[in-house]
Amino acid sequence: MLSIKNIHANIEGKEILKGINLEIKAGEVHAIMGPNGSGKSTLASVLAGREEYEVTEGEVTFLEKDLLELSTEDRAREGLFLAFQYPVEIPGVSTTNFIKAAVNEKRKYQGEEALDAVAFLKMMKQKMALVEIDQSLLSRSINEGFSGGEKKRNEIFQMAMLEPKLAILDETDSGLDIDALRIVAKGINKLRNENRAILLITHYQRLLDYIQPDYVHVLYNGKIVKSGTKELALELEEKGYDFITDEADLAASL
Amino acid sequence: MTNVDYFKDQFEQLQDSGPATAITELRTDGFHTFNKSGLPTYKLEEWKYTNISSLFDKAYQFANADQAVQLSDIDAIRLAGHEQANELVFVNGRFIPALSTIRSTETQLVILALEEAAKGKYQEIVKAHLGQSSEYLKDGIHALNTSFIQDGLFLLIPKGQQLTEPVYIYHIADARQQNTLSQPRSLIFVEENAKLQLTETYTTLGTAESFTNEVLEIVVKENAFVEYYKIQHDGLNASQVGSTHIHQIGRSYVHTVVVSLNGGVIRNNLNLVLDAAGNETHLYGLYLLKGNSHVDNHTLVDNKQQNCFSNQLYKGIADDTSTGVFSGRIIVQPDAQKTNAYQSNKNIILSDKATINTKPQLEIFADDVKCSHGCTVGQLDEEALFYLRARGIPKEAAEVLLLEAYAADILVQIKPEPLRNHVAELIYEHLSIS
Repeated sequence: MLSIKNIHANIEGKEILKGINLEIKAGEVHAIMGPNGSGKSTLASVLAGREEYEVTEGEVTFLEKDLLELSTEDRAREGLFLAFQYPVEIPGVSTTNFIKAAVNEKRKYQGEEALDAVAFLKMMKQKMALVEIDQSLLSRSINEGFSGGEKKRNEIFQMAMLEPKLAILDETDSGLDIDALRIVAKGINKLRNENRAILLITHYQRLLDYIQPDYVHVLYNGKIVKSGTKELALELEEKGYDFITDEADLAASL
Repeated sequence: MTNVDYFKDQFEQLQDSGPATAITELRTDGFHTFNKSGLPTYKLEEWKYTNISSLFDKAYQFANADQAVQLSDIDAIRLAGHEQANELVFVNGRFIPALSTIRSTETQLVILALEEAAKGKYQEIVKAHLGQSSEYLKDGIHALNTSFIQDGLFLLIPKGQQLTEPVYIYHIADARQQNTLSQPRSLIFVEENAKLQLTETYTTLGTAESFTNEVLEIVVKENAFVEYYKIQHDGLNASQVGSTHIHQIGRSYVHTVVVSLNGGVIRNNLNLVLDAAGNETHLYGLYLLKGNSHVDNHTLVDNKQQNCFSNQLYKGIADDTSTGVFSGRIIVQPDAQKTNAYQSNKNIILSDKATINTKPQLEIFADDVKCSHGCTVGQLDEEALFYLRARGIPKEAAEVLLLEAYAADILVQIKPEPLRNHVAELIYEHLSIS
């Protein structure tokens, strides 16, 4: 579904990604872990199309299309979803209207009829129950005055509504207490299916207690330095990142 | 013939046209002032950013108002909610009763030609208040309006009348044949415990230049309640100086919203004189500028008595090569202790070639007051734009959503729902067409 080949990316002239390779197939859950500053969020930004990042080398194929050629909005309408690490507050734009616009833009792009108010409400009710989000949040302006947990839950709700083929969850666990984490993880698990791929980006192993990945990759200094199964995450939790980063530093110095 | 010669000629004709009244004298004073001051130039501090005099390089005429406009022209411009409104029509600056529709009864609402009011039962009111509601901005352009008071409007809401039908004023300028100068003049008197909802709009017919130089005075008595809305959405050939003076002579409540979408050069003077203890005043403004338009809002809140409250919020967006100006002056006179006066002006610039000039001025002569002012000039929130696009909303639509949200704080201040929805649609259309 997603094929990343030797991606290099800069921001303000500084190289952050230094040759990333990754293959993700439908139905798989991949976790990317790594210490702060390793390039995890940059990878998410590059995939979603943030303009301040410049891709200098490499290619990304998403559902047989050249992802890097698509605008941010077209990537979303093709089925790529980014759950933001810091969801943006947008006063004055109602969450419900925003999600309705997003759902219908996607339908239009894929040649489907726009949902009418009744069908949209029905869909919303169903997805609200799925991710345990309250109606009162959705009638407010986008994320305005939401707690950290509410913002993250709203991201997962949007994911449920937009039914992406590939969801990239950027540090969705950050800033959540254990109860909020459990609710968010439960929502994500319900959205797991054989047609959908999920890329979890996280610093800590704890999210992976709730969402079991098929593969774990360690990103360090702009490269994936180690890949494995979920046991790799446990090893990291136990030994810290040093055991991998020291190895990588040593390899680089040789 | 130059404009000045033309004005002189027209002025003499007007003064000779009937017996002398209080208004004839007022006109004479006005014309003296005009001759002395001339049109304001950018050398005057109050006119630093807006050049009106160059607009008068073109020759203007006072166009005939009698048969210029048909009812069908008015049908095309009626505001939402007009079925329940008193609709007053001005053509080329003259109030035309024949084209107007009055729905309130005579006990609820008195409507007269200003010249008639100056002669009859209301003459004391006219004498005391016409041209007296504010001492500010008695400059040349204001004097030009006063020099030519003709077919003005006198509107009075009698004591205790909570007028449920709003008053809509449609200003129509006929620029189909020539460059037209319109100078509407109105005096509105809101008596004790009365309520008025007033909206003004402006429409130019034809493609020649239209210049509207309006003076509106509203006098508000004890326990009265006034909502005033001004919607400017005219052609690029339509320029305007609109001076609104609101004189709160009794403890009263005034709420104003000025929305400027389209037009050539627009200057709005909104002067509030808080002349009774405990007055409350709210001033809101929204200007969404594109193309080459120029909108200048000057507000003035003069706190003369104690315990008055005023709050101002003006928001603007400037795109293309447009220019926005905000100048907000707050005066707190020595007797105006316990004044609360707040002011804020916020702007978004969407293009490298757009300009915003913003100037808050506080002049405080009392010691026990709370006043604040602030202004910002920024850009569209890139992070918010990315968030919307990352959900599949195209860039242009996302920008419109964000700009609409930005304007929403002001839009909600338009209290009557039909009017608010009407303006919301105008804003959406205006923002969507690039």
